[in-house]
Amino acid sequence: MSKQFRIKGTGRVDPSRPINFTFDGKSYTGHQGDTLASALLANGVHLVGRSFKYHRPRGILGIGADEPNALVGIRRDAARYTPNLLATQVELYEGLNAVSQNRNPSLEHDRMEVNDKWLSRFIPAGFYYKTFMWPKSAWDKWYEPRIREAAGLGVAPSQPDPDVYTQRYAHCDVLVIGAGPAGLAAAKEAAATGARVILADDRPVMGGSLLAAADTNISGEGEDWYSAGAWRKEVLAFLEKQPNVTLLPRTIAFGYYPHNWIGLCEKLTDHLAVLARGAPRERLWQVRAAQVVIATGAIERPLVFPENDRPGIMLADAARTYLQEYGVAVGQKVAVVTAHDSGYRAAHELKAVGVDIAVIADIRGRSVVSDRAVQAGLNVLTEAKIEGTSGKLRVSSITMTAAGMRSNFACDAVLMAGGFTPSVHLFSQSRGKLVWDNKLQAYLPGDSAEAERSAGASRGRFALAEALADGVDAGREAAQAAGFTPGTPAFHPQVTVKHAIGSGGYLGAAPTSADLSKAKAFVDWQNDVTAKDIVLATREGFLSIEHVKRYTTTGMATDQGKLSNINALGIVSEATGRSIPQIGLTTFRTPYTPITFGTLAGHARGMLFDPARVTAINDWAVAQGAAFEDVGNWKRAHYFPKHGEDLHAAVNRECLGVRKSVGIFDASTLGKIEIVGPDAAEFMNRFFVNAWTKLGVGKCRYGVLLREDGFVTDDGVVGRVAKDRFHVTTTTGGAARVLGMMEDYLQTEWGDLKVWLTSTTEQWSVIAVQGPKAREVIAPLIEDLDVSAEAFPHMSIGDGKICGVPLRLMRVSFTGELGFEVNVPSGYGRMVWEAIWERGKAFDMVPYGTETMHVLRAEKGYIIVGQETDGTVTPDDAGLGWAIGKAKPDFVGKRSLQRPALTAPDRKQLVGLISSDGRTVLEEGAQIVDPAAPKVPIGHVTSSYYSAVLGKPIALALVRGGRQRLGESLYVPMPDSVIGVQVAPTVFFDPEGARVNV
Amino acid sequence: MLIINCPYCGARPELEFAYGGQAHIDRPVQPADLNDEDWTGYLYLRENTKGIHAERWRHLHGCARFFNALRDTRTDHFLATYKVGEKAPEVTRP
Repeated sequence: MSKQFRIKGTGRVDPSRPINFTFDGKSYTGHQGDTLASALLANGVHLVGRSFKYHRPRGILGIGADEPNALVGIRRDAARYTPNLLATQVELYEGLNAVSQNRNPSLEHDRMEVNDKWLSRFIPAGFYYKTFMWPKSAWDKWYEPRIREAAGLGVAPSQPDPDVYTQRYAHCDVLVIGAGPAGLAAAKEAAATGARVILADDRPVMGGSLLAAADTNISGEGEDWYSAGAWRKEVLAFLEKQPNVTLLPRTIAFGYYPHNWIGLCEKLTDHLAVLARGAPRERLWQVRAAQVVIATGAIERPLVFPENDRPGIMLADAARTYLQEYGVAVGQKVAVVTAHDSGYRAAHELKAVGVDIAVIADIRGRSVVSDRAVQAGLNVLTEAKIEGTSGKLRVSSITMTAAGMRSNFACDAVLMAGGFTPSVHLFSQSRGKLVWDNKLQAYLPGDSAEAERSAGASRGRFALAEALADGVDAGREAAQAAGFTPGTPAFHPQVTVKHAIGSGGYLGAAPTSADLSKAKAFVDWQNDVTAKDIVLATREGFLSIEHVKRYTTTGMATDQGKLSNINALGIVSEATGRSIPQIGLTTFRTPYTPITFGTLAGHARGMLFDPARVTAINDWAVAQGAAFEDVGNWKRAHYFPKHGEDLHAAVNRECLGVRKSVGIFDASTLGKIEIVGPDAAEFMNRFFVNAWTKLGVGKCRYGVLLREDGFVTDDGVVGRVAKDRFHVTTTTGGAARVLGMMEDYLQTEWGDLKVWLTSTTEQWSVIAVQGPKAREVIAPLIEDLDVSAEAFPHMSIGDGKICGVPLRLMRVSFTGELGFEVNVPSGYGRMVWEAIWERGKAFDMVPYGTETMHVLRAEKGYIIVGQETDGTVTPDDAGLGWAIGKAKPDFVGKRSLQRPALTAPDRKQLVGLISSDGRTVLEEGAQIVDPAAPKVPIGHVTSSYYSAVLGKPIALALVRGGRQRLGESLYVPMPDSVIGVQVAPTVFFDPEGARVNV
Repeated sequence: MLIINCPYCGARPELEFAYGGQAHIDRPVQPADLNDEDWTGYLYLRENTKGIHAERWRHLHGCARFFNALRDTRTDHFLATYKVGEKAPEVTRP
């Protein structure tokens, strides 16, 4: 069967290299150089899909990135399945396995076809908003799953992507996007000046429309003339030889970002039958170009007439290109419906290879072009109205009216020539301004926002000679703007063609006698939007094109309206009586064509997705079987389960172990900043709320940090290790933020201070040893520092040695027990930890994790910034008013604390809560109500745990006027019950602090 | 991604920088002297410019220094960058 559609001696495919492939399980043969679409057409296959909403049979419509119908899935193996690829872009390889989508069970028999025959009048534009309103509960369970099943694209792959994706950064002087005539000419001119040029084109072979140019000759700089194909080869051969030129075929420029930053996706292996192991599948190029030449060509426009979507109905120049590039005739008897001279060119070229042209129906009047076609023996109707088509799985006839006569023409293909729309997507993405050109009936690039220029058909220069000249000029100008000097003078090649592309075009619904409110005249093939839908939307009051788009979904499919947007504009213009510039244009968004997540992710997968920060002690905790939690990028030991304990059992045991004897905790993730300089104390005074001047060397103080608006942003213990040196600790999550804030004030406000700031977070390992036996455990390991109760009381800091290595010891407690934080250079962290662990065994020392740390501090009422505070909590709210250095004239946030809202008496204050039933652990975040006024919550639970040492649940909460409510009964309403609570002081355990001072 | 010209290090990609809000807002020397309204203005009120905006940037993953920049918010083009303490240079839209 394939023989009759393949025209010998035409096109660039290689008939001596047959390629076997399957489509929906059926075997076919194509040639080396084919796309899946051209190979299917060569086998007489037009039916390739079912439409999105109505499940109408659909055929191949176009030839490139604008194809709306021919979406297929390609399966290489169990893990390598890619849905929604365009058959027009899939290169054929031996064994290619393609399947159609959105049909059940087969393309020929699709059960959902009822949507078209019986349901279509119930699913007009906006039916989602109108039909499924009641009952509300049916949406999730009934409507949505069924709509999703019926209206679908391909199926997502079910296994992780086994392929490798890579990335590359590049700089160049001139980036040329598109290697058609204008792009090739521009690249050649720019390269000749010595500029670094990158030329990218989405197709495997460069040349664009030159590849399909028949009977076309181009003049060289001497007396010589070249065929279009020879000229293309000549230019490419020149470019390949230039060391300053990078040619990127199979590379789509998908996004234009600020400062001439262009995203390119290079496809490396999708066209290969056999994949080399580990070879990257795609490469993301991030190109920073001094100048850009956009030579992206134009997109052919379909015509909107009744039943214009049957398989076999396609774009005219696409059909011509299938012939000239692939040697494929799209039918044996072809009707041409045209509003542009290019329709005649297609007819002439198809006729020349023996295809029967049933009729050329021109919706325009008689012209030189139509007369010439008549002279050539073609049957031409002018001022034609297109009434409809017939044929179930393939078009079989078309009906039209001309000169008062209605006639029906049998055919197996219909070609539509509606004109050409310049591809201004990238220009628009660059934030350039589009201008409506009345003569061309097209939006063209206007003022630039970036260093770019468009050339060729992408700015309406459609004729080959114009496009070449435009490309030459653009290449020279771009190189010059990038600082290079073009040779003089510019040479614009001359062109001779047998059939010129000509002019013309049409926007909107083509003339017809059919009732468009009943007929299905498709505007957007991929989303099944008809002219009727768009008219309906305007009638229902949607006037902005952005609203029409969302209501009808026209232009919202994966092709982003490449074919449909301009016709939709034409229909809205007609229906509302406003001009197209008045209606406006929807936004062109990146990416130009869909690209894979793999391309964007590159190597940033798995462990490389986000770096994990680990402490020197991490591996020890892993070996002990600790459960971990993520705190920012840090991996922290959450708890250390023993013998199959769950979280609660482990935490209860760890808590009791610390309170009874001693525990060991990895606190290395705490932020640490060393503040040094003659003005260190003054800096501290201005920055933190506390007073620092009188803090003696060797002493620690709990520091509180506010933002300028008066709310607590961080806290931590600060030790003064010398008169001019402070060791500041921050929260784990706040380390970078606090250092950044310090730098901000120091660099931009307090230039008078001589202070240096250094992050030392990762330089110190911090081993917290907490519990009544803490001193007994560590003292024998320490030299050069007296850690006795008298010499080293609570809140001391001092340097010495432990296990023979440098030690900075802090006597601090976040547990309420006698406690030390052993700081050693992190390279020694693991060694010192294990030494302490060995000694601790005699004392039943427990390793504990962050959960136990949280419980122990909550028993003591110590806050955690970010848990008890939420950016609206003042020091007084949190019960930290005592920390403020009241005598200081100023510190960050001080003035704000005097604002009326921050001194109001009924602010939320931190209190303790005890569950009245003595056993219910409250939920963190739960709301709290006062039984006297139960309608408005008066606060929320910030922390809540079971306290093993107290044998009951405890909670901290922020409650309006809380400190005045001690002893009051409040309620915590939960979905299944209401829990009674009593307001209590925040310190639940050892309120006198006797256990710390031993 | 924007290209930003650090006055200390030269042109670098945006990834290396952190945005720091509107420039040329000095912290009052004696905050206590300000009434509530003026203090609120210092805390919260900022321009929402369409056009040339003076703003702070920090070359966080470079020299770590703060500097000021003039950026056209319509195009994201930087018209000038300058050091802390310097006056904003006169610029016109390109």
